Amino acid sequence: MNKIKTIFETGAPGRCAVMPEPLDVPDVSLPEVFQRDTPLALTELSEMDVVRHFTRLSRRNFGVDSHFYPLGSCTMKYNPKISESVASLPGFASLHPGLTLVPAYRETCQGALEVVYELERLLAEIAGMAAGCLQPMAGAHGELTGVLLIAAYHRSKNDMKRDTILIPDSAHGTNPASAAMAGFKTVTLPSNAQGSVDYDAYAALMGEHVAGVMLTCPNTHGLFEPHVAEIAALAHEHGALMYYDGANLNAILGKCRPGDLGFDVMHYNLHKTFGTPHGMGGPGSGAIAVGERLAPFLPNPRVVKNDGIYDLHFGDSSIGRMAPFFGNFLVALRAYVYILAVGGEGLKKISENAVLNANYVLARLKEHWRPAFDGLCMHECLLTAADMTADHGIRALDVAKALLDRGFHAPTVYFPLTVKEGLMIEPTETESQETLDDFCDAMLEIARSAIEDPESLHHAPVSLPVGRLNEAQAARNLDCAALPQNKS
Amino acid sequence: MDWTTITEVEKRDIFKTVGVEAMEELFAAIPESLRLDSWDMPEGKNESALLREFKALSQRNNAEQVCFMGGGYYDHYIPAAVDALAGRSEFYTAYTPYQPECSQGTLQAIYEYQSLICRLMDMECANASLYDGGTAIFEAAVMAARITKRQRVIVHDSVHPLWKQMLETHAAGSVLKIETGSEPISEETACVIVQNPAFLGTLQDYADLAQQCHELGALLVMAVNPVSLGIVRTPGSMGADITVAEGQSLGLPLGFGGPYLGILATKKKYIRKMPGRIVGAAADDKGRPGYVLTLQAREQHIRREKALSNICSNQALCALRALIHLCLLGKEGLRETAYACHAKTAYLMSKLDFVQVLNDGPVFNEFAVRLPKNAEVVAAALLEKGFLAGIPLHTLGCGKPNDLLVAVTEKRTRDELDSFAAVLQEACHE
Repeated sequence: MNKIKTIFETGAPGRCAVMPEPLDVPDVSLPEVFQRDTPLALTELSEMDVVRHFTRLSRRNFGVDSHFYPLGSCTMKYNPKISESVASLPGFASLHPGLTLVPAYRETCQGALEVVYELERLLAEIAGMAAGCLQPMAGAHGELTGVLLIAAYHRSKNDMKRDTILIPDSAHGTNPASAAMAGFKTVTLPSNAQGSVDYDAYAALMGEHVAGVMLTCPNTHGLFEPHVAEIAALAHEHGALMYYDGANLNAILGKCRPGDLGFDVMHYNLHKTFGTPHGMGGPGSGAIAVGERLAPFLPNPRVVKNDGIYDLHFGDSSIGRMAPFFGNFLVALRAYVYILAVGGEGLKKISENAVLNANYVLARLKEHWRPAFDGLCMHECLLTAADMTADHGIRALDVAKALLDRGFHAPTVYFPLTVKEGLMIEPTETESQETLDDFCDAMLEIARSAIEDPESLHHAPVSLPVGRLNEAQAARNLDCAALPQNKS
Repeated sequence: MDWTTITEVEKRDIFKTVGVEAMEELFAAIPESLRLDSWDMPEGKNESALLREFKALSQRNNAEQVCFMGGGYYDHYIPAAVDALAGRSEFYTAYTPYQPECSQGTLQAIYEYQSLICRLMDMECANASLYDGGTAIFEAAVMAARITKRQRVIVHDSVHPLWKQMLETHAAGSVLKIETGSEPISEETACVIVQNPAFLGTLQDYADLAQQCHELGALLVMAVNPVSLGIVRTPGSMGADITVAEGQSLGLPLGFGGPYLGILATKKKYIRKMPGRIVGAAADDKGRPGYVLTLQAREQHIRREKALSNICSNQALCALRALIHLCLLGKEGLRETAYACHAKTAYLMSKLDFVQVLNDGPVFNEFAVRLPKNAEVVAAALLEKGFLAGIPLHTLGCGKPNDLLVAVTEKRTRDELDSFAAVLQEACHE
């Protein structure tokens, strides 16, 4: 397949797809000192040029609408189109957020304020906590917000000795990175042979220096933490707070709630659990929920309801502002549509089907691909290619690339870091049995190829515009921008 | 309604394969004592009822007024092709390009976005985007501290008050020491953060400030309005080391506050200290060109607590919209759009000779006026006439109660400008 020329190699001088309307006011000049004094080296394209270029680029992507996308920990479920329709209604899409700054304007955005208020309320209920907040713009941003809240809580008690956050070795990398960003030291909790937090090791690390514990439950091994309640109880006994990483919430909706498990704060990934599009890596939403203890510190402003009218309130103990307004509002709106569509019973059914599908894949593959841990899994199953690597030289990466050739997106590979040659498969509840069967058949066929013709797998993928790209060389000979003097 | 697909018959078949008899066995790992008894959640609804209700809800918002409100977020025209192309599900239902071979569309688009941002700003490298303008300022401050191994960050008065608040909130636990614009630059200063045009719309020349920073080993971080760069001197030309921007005005709807686009660009020598995803050109073993995520050793999924930032995702779909938007406008279209914003702003200022303009120099697309009456009262009166008058400045903790910040984009017609001037005058003297 041919290379698609970059947009800078396309077009011709003098072309322009979109111009503003002809100027209907007098010409004025900008004083020279403020004028652009360098060439404006942008493109010159017709609308057709632009449309064809991006349409062709789009066809070089796998998306959920075109491909099964069992990317573990990412919950690549179907994104309902109704959410897109609602998010494009002009009353939401064209609404200036500055309206909320002015009390007199708030009557003009009551519908949007209702979305914020009601969704925050529903998120608190799903969490089993006291309040929600839509400001954080992604999961990692929610983590940072949560850790800043924990810091504010201890500071309010004049408890300045707590400088440490405990985080399991199986956690997402964002957990320690967020804790570090908020100024905390991080200490790693080891996993035991069953894939859960080693409780004794945890108890030994707990103390008055610990500000909080960040847990993912079910964890990234796809397992529910059996000692979660004891972990929370011990933390609270020592004055530390519990943070719930909501990345895997799709496993437990309506079955149990982080607040009831003993967590004080959590972030949602609205784009995972509530089906908003992942957009090639964003925008998502990292809305949070908090228990009573942390509610006074939530970011400002808060949407409140007084006599049926939505208004803003600025809390005195707030940590401040994490977003200019209410976070990625149009993403949150899609999640709100989703939650109202499925309702409480639907949420339960989602988790049931997500767990069912993951266990089906596990059951069909476990004889040929070794599970990292024994027993049933929750919403995702973690396999390892380590035996294949030892016996036939086939690595998780080879499996991933072979799947691409067979029309499937790859699972998450090499994560969590606790498992060698990991293949983390999260099918989600929106996949049908026949899709899961096709995928499992492909995995079993790859297992046979690994034994019979391992060489063929080393060359995968062969069906896509490019084969495996040399990442080391790309990092050595950096080319991150096509600049005028450096035409690609 | 829901979007699960497993039928009852399939469910029984799956149970058999898995070796369980009931759904509850799959959840046996959750201790009984922790199970949810009941919760207060609504019943589900079907699609047509939902659309009806959300249409009604959206109509409780009035997005129809003639908009003179800006403050970092502007009412620009978004060409139809932006929605048509960014609405392709091959883009919006994909995720982070962890598997580059099946994500070349995403990767090439981000490479082109990075390139276009550099060309627009006269910088040498850009990341794949951050959440928004405010978080981009925070990331730039952290980056400057890392490069200079210093902690003091001077935030100039020109910076958006909400972005200042966001910087302070984000930096609460970090080593950064945030100082106001009145502090002198010293050999302990990591960076000075400025904005052009300033929050109140006034154009600035920061070339001397850049030199002053560099003499003391500090960096200049400049926040810009990307549309202005069609005609306004670039941060690269003035000597900025890190440029950030709120990219909303490049094809993103106002959307009641987001999602928006955090732009961050810098000099090539700082690329390894730049946070966020970066796409680089690569080749496969047959020499075919392609693109990959590069320099990943800076990032949280590898470095964990030692990462440059905790950021994992970016705003790729928003970056794609900005890229498509800029490609549609192109060189001439962006220049003419910027010029129209400037000329229409100047025209409106000339019509508002009955109020005091607070800007002390040329402006780009926004200016502040001191009204003879309380700005909120005037704003409320103009709302009745179908105009969003702008932002009463004291609602953002700056200015006096009578001060109003007024924005003008290329979308405003001469008629709208004339009517606005007339009703504003009327409201001021009622």
